[in-house]
Amino acid sequence: MEAISHIAAVALTGDEQKKANAAIGAGFAYGIAAIGPGIGIGYIVGKSVEAMARQPEAAGMVRTTMFLGIAFTEALALIGFVVFILIGL
Amino acid sequence: MTDTSSPMTTRFEGAAPEVEVSRDMIRRGLIVGPVLIALCGIIWSMSGVASSAYALALVLVNFAIAAGLIAVTARISLGLMMGAILFGYLIRLAMLFLAVYLVKDAGWISRPALGLTIIVSHLGLLAWELKYVAASLAYPGLKPSRSH
Repeated sequence: MEAISHIAAVALTGDEQKKANAAIGAGFAYGIAAIGPGIGIGYIVGKSVEAMARQPEAAGMVRTTMFLGIAFTEALALIGFVVFILIGL
Repeated sequence: MTDTSSPMTTRFEGAAPEVEVSRDMIRRGLIVGPVLIALCGIIWSMSGVASSAYALALVLVNFAIAAGLIAVTARISLGLMMGAILFGYLIRLAMLFLAVYLVKDAGWISRPALGLTIIVSHLGLLAWELKYVAASLAYPGLKPSRSH
């Protein structure tokens, strides 16, 4: 009961609640936006390493496309980051 | 270059193609950057100029760190390269967050300009570079000249 009364005492006002909700939403947006590219980059790099180990003579081509693939995938995380900057930071 | 099939022991010495790609993108970024900065300056005035320049610098440094990490670790082993890329992704995102967090309340920051420049410059430079890389891969014997 004491804990509940303490929570009630620090209840947020309307504006503060809005800000808190925006910060929580932005945090989720950034976090979730970073998961997909993390999986994507892992997949790209894993397959590239496999390809380079199997066929070392094609390593130059594989590394170039891998680097671009990583950068394109990372763009998704950057979009999430920008949303985070704009609404929650 | 060692010719083994194990990713843990295979390593690549010599030229690093990702460093060349990254260098090209940084050079192009420095060429077209002023246009983007001027555009942000027109829309968001001086805070737009400063924010856009800061964002462009972040994007170019991000490319340089990513390429450098791959080039250095590929000379040691492919296993290390894989680990470095995956942890590097987290570290680079954290660095980007820190770089923006430190200046978020500064008077010269315009968040829309910062965000727009990060996305446009990152995707724009990649798409521009892709044209040259696609041509190099499709026609390996025909190296694209600087004028194309």
